[in-house]
Order: sequence, then structure tokens, then C-alpha cells
Amino acid sequence: MIDKNNLINNTQSYGGVWILAEVAGKAIDKVSFELLSRGRQLADARSTELSAVVLGWRINQSDLEELIARGADKVIFVESPQLEHFLVEPHSACLLELIKQYRPEILIAAATTTGRTLMPYLAVRARAGLTADCTELKIDKETGGLLQIRPAIGGNVLATIITPAARPQMATVRPRSTKPAPMQKGRTGEIVRINPPADLLKSCLQRLGFESDQSTHSIQDADIIVAVGRGIGNARNIRIVEELADALDAAIGASREVVDRGWLGYPHQVGLSGKTVTPKLYIAIGISGAVQHLAGMQTAETIVAINEDPQAPIFTVADFGIIGDLFEIVPALTERVRQARKK
Amino acid sequence: MPIFKERSTKNSSGKWVNDKNIAMRIIVPIKQVPSSDDVQLDPQTGTLIRQGVEAIVNPLDLYAIETALSIRDKHGGEIIVISMGPAQAAEALREAISMGADEAVLLCDSVFAGSDTYATAYVLSTAIKRLGEYDLIICGERATDGETGQVGPGIASFLNLPVITYVSKIDELIENHRKQSKHPEGIRVHRLIETGYEIIKADLPVVLTVVKEIAIPRLPTLAGKIRARNLQIPIWSASDLGIEKNQVGLTGSLTKVVKIHKPCIVRKSEKITVENELSRQEAINRLISILQDKLLL
Repeated sequence: MIDKNNLINNTQSYGGVWILAEVAGKAIDKVSFELLSRGRQLADARSTELSAVVLGWRINQSDLEELIARGADKVIFVESPQLEHFLVEPHSACLLELIKQYRPEILIAAATTTGRTLMPYLAVRARAGLTADCTELKIDKETGGLLQIRPAIGGNVLATIITPAARPQMATVRPRSTKPAPMQKGRTGEIVRINPPADLLKSCLQRLGFESDQSTHSIQDADIIVAVGRGIGNARNIRIVEELADALDAAIGASREVVDRGWLGYPHQVGLSGKTVTPKLYIAIGISGAVQHLAGMQTAETIVAINEDPQAPIFTVADFGIIGDLFEIVPALTERVRQARKK
Repeated sequence: MPIFKERSTKNSSGKWVNDKNIAMRIIVPIKQVPSSDDVQLDPQTGTLIRQGVEAIVNPLDLYAIETALSIRDKHGGEIIVISMGPAQAAEALREAISMGADEAVLLCDSVFAGSDTYATAYVLSTAIKRLGEYDLIICGERATDGETGQVGPGIASFLNLPVITYVSKIDELIENHRKQSKHPEGIRVHRLIETGYEIIKADLPVVLTVVKEIAIPRLPTLAGKIRARNLQIPIWSASDLGIEKNQVGLTGSLTKVVKIHKPCIVRKSEKITVENELSRQEAINRLISILQDKLLL
């Protein structure tokens, strides 16, 4: 599969930090700016260059320049109509060629559906170590290696993982686990455009179409999430939570129990087996706070919990807790929020 | 070495080929995991307390098994479940059999212990090569213990096959009408991404990873349980697979866990107990003022 002699793991010959920009259609997704923020820190700690790799088609020059304004020293834009939408084989093949040519020491991507597919596929081809879903990345001061930190075992613990010899050191990073890199006026950098050869663009997969469904991503983008757990009792009662969410302009999240019972769809699920969210405000209603749920929301800026059981683990992560009957508290809260918002 | 000789035969070029009576051959790699919510951390040593923790089939793998079963229900064929793990992981394979899978293979060797996702995908893909021809490999989205989701795409990469991840619906299996063959040659699926659903077509064989939305896993049947109890599950070791010791386990892994620590969550927690109308008003007033202070209203 790969010529092992070509990829001797001589860590010395690798240099530079790369982020893989996330492309949505013909635009750069803003999760890429979070990667730039991570990448910039790593590149500075290594006193090396930060490059943003963009695989896509007809991306505006101004979008590529924005990557530089937000911290990239170099943008490598691989352009082809076959790269307009993500398909694992051409994306992986193009990146593998780039890695062989430029030999970056670090490659990070977002832990999105694209990154979580492409990175493990590519890591095998490149014989590179890969850590999934990191929440923190640092440079080890002694070795200069990448410390990849991620929640493990139901989010109970944080594991620090290293890639001792294989290069590049690869990691996917949880979206919303850091702030996007800000625009800086006057930053300059180089834009390299590459037209990949046809043999890298072959795919056994064909994308036939797309059905938009905004409900699948709204909870990860929401500033406020009102989340509901088993304490709500049945599907009909979810209405009272929806009313509060409506009053707050919030998205609706759910615990695994609620989704498993079919009271809300899977796109609403927060937790390790659902989505990780970092909203400004998370209101947990009737959620006891199983470890797997806490792992998906404990980085929210402000957490409010409403639950009958004073011992519920959700209170251990809450900034403000109300112990009591949600069926009394939530409608009264909704009313007060509506009044406050009118003013 | 039992490699299902009764169903597959080698052709003149030494390749395993299916008996033509079998419509589909589907491989489902599964993992045995601790039932996650029970895992506790030893506060003194920071290590995991595994004693007394129940082991189950990775809940997300049940959707992969169900997907394979419903394809077989429609098109016929056989389902082979494989798992890499300690001897007791045979129990996970038996559960898949009791749901209706046909055959199982356990990949068990002390040298496999400590494998990262790269080494794990290597072992599983090597075993899959040994199983002969197949049409589909169906994986769960990820395991609830490791939570990486890297092994499915890794297997595909080692096998030089494409992978479609986050499959939420099997639209159809595509037969080749020109060849007048009933054996499906392609598949069309829905794939759940952040903004909606992609519709993807692939030639077979292909690797799929499936999400919860795809199906509701069926329960084991009594007949299935009896079959599972009596089934001889072949165990393949590293040497059976022609795998060198240094290619797997801790030495064959490219990543290494160097530290485990407990995250400290620092939150100034404030709690109000609501017992009557008055305390309810008080709690709500306090909450509203907190939200206003933080500019959330």
C-alpha cells in the first residue's frame, strides 16, 4: 500500500503545522477558524509555520485571504470540481500526496463528519498516529511532540496521548472547544494553488444529491440550549420545554433516555453518544446527569439545572440549581422570560 | 482452520469466492464494552475500577447488526460477526448470533492487548481478508468506551475500499440488470451530516458505518439464543492471521496514552430548593437576574 522506505519515521525531517480547513459547499466553514486558533498556538510553540490546507472548488480568493488574516502563514488550495463535496478517496489521496511532498509534523482537522471520516482513512495510508476528538492540544516542552488531550472512559477522565515516532502527528479537534481565531489586519501570507492530477481524484463513491435538514446541526450552533431528560415523563410534556426554548430563542437538547424512548430525534441528543455542545447557556430540565451526558455539555459557559432530586449529579456541574417540580417551575419561568424579553 | 469452507471455496487463482446460492455476504465487526455509565475511577490511583462492571455489546454496534439482518431479510445471504478482544468477548459474538447473525469469529491473542485504533483496524482488516469475498462491511458509528469512531474508516483504508460513514438509511441495493444477476453490485444510502443528508451511491464491496437513526435493533429470539449457546466460535490468534507481534498491541500502536487525569470542574454552585409558591418565585427571580447579568436575556 505504501512504500515504507519512503516514510521512514524520521521525526527530524518533518516540520510545520497544518490545519485542514473545513469546506461547506464553496465556502470555508467557521470551524476552520477554531483550528487556526489551535494551530497558531502550536506553530508558535514550535517556532514554525502554520499552513491551512483547503480542498475544494471555486473558493473565493477573499475566503483564502481570511485564513491568512486569522493566523495562517500559508494557504495550500487544492482545487478540482471532484473536490467540491467530500468523498473519502480523492480527499485522502490528495492529502497523502501533500504530506509526502511537504512533510508537516502536525496535521489537525475538525472532529466533524468529514474530519472524523477523512482523518482515520488518511492516517492508515500515511501510517500516522491519530487521536480523535481532542479538547486540548499542547506542545511538550521537552520533546517538542504534540500532547493530544481528550476525554476518555465516559468523560470521567482526560487522557493525554502522544505519537512517539510516526509523523505527521494527527488529531481531530472537537468543534466549539475553543474560540475562533480573530481577524488581524495587515497579516500577510502566501497562497499556493494546486491542480491535482486525475489519478488522485478517482472515487468508487458518487454523491447523487443532498437533502438539507437544519435540525440536525442547530444544537451545536446554538447560543442557548434548553435540554430535557427523562424527568419530563412522556413525549406530550415536552411541549412545556419547547415553550421555554421558544421564549429564549433556544435550541432543544435531549438526554440519551429521551432519544432512546423516541420522545425526541437523535439530532437533539447531547452527550458522548450524541453531540458535544458549548453554548453560552445550558438549561438542563429533568436531566439527572449521567456521566455520558455531562461529558457532552459540561463546557457550557453557564449551566442551570432544574431537577427534583437534590442528589442528581447534574447539580455538580451547574452554576445555578433549582430543586423542585419541573412542571411547576418551567411554565412559571417561561412566563417570566417572556416578560423580561418584552422590555 | 475453519474458514467457512462449506460455503466458500478457493478458485484456481487462490481467491476465496462465494457459493453463488448466497446472495449477500456481510461482515459486521463488533466490540465488547463495559456498560459505560457504571465505570468508576479509583480516586487514589486514578485507574479504572473494572471489577464488577458488566460487559455488553457496544450499543452502537447493535444498529450495524440490525442493518445487516434487515438486508439479509430482503436479499438473503449470510452475516459474519467478528470481534477482537479477550476470551470473554465471545459473549458479545453470541449475542449477535442470538439476534440472527450466522457465523462468528473471535480474534483473541494476548499480543493484541493495548492496540490503538491503527493496530486494531489492522488486525480486523487482516481477519476480514481471511474470510474471503464479501459484499458489505457494516460497523457501528463508534464504540461507547473508546469513543473514537476511527476503526471503521481504518478498516476500509487497510482493505483499500471506500467508506461511507454516518449512514442513516439504506435506500436500495442495486442489481446489475445487464448481467441478469440477482447478486447486488451497488448500494445507495443516505448519510447524516451536520447540515442534512447526502445521498451516496457506491459499488460493492464497500464499508459502511451506521448511526442510530438507521433502524431499531431487534431483540434476540429464543431459537437464536439456543443456537448462540451451542455454536462453536473459531478463535484466531496473531499467528493464525500471519501477524507479527511487533505489528500489534502497544508496540504496533502509533499513539500512546501517557497520562490519565481527572478533569477538575470549578463552578461556584448555587442551589435553591422550591417547596412552595414563595420559594418558587425567589428561585425564578434569582435565575432571571443571573441571566440578565450575563446578558443572556
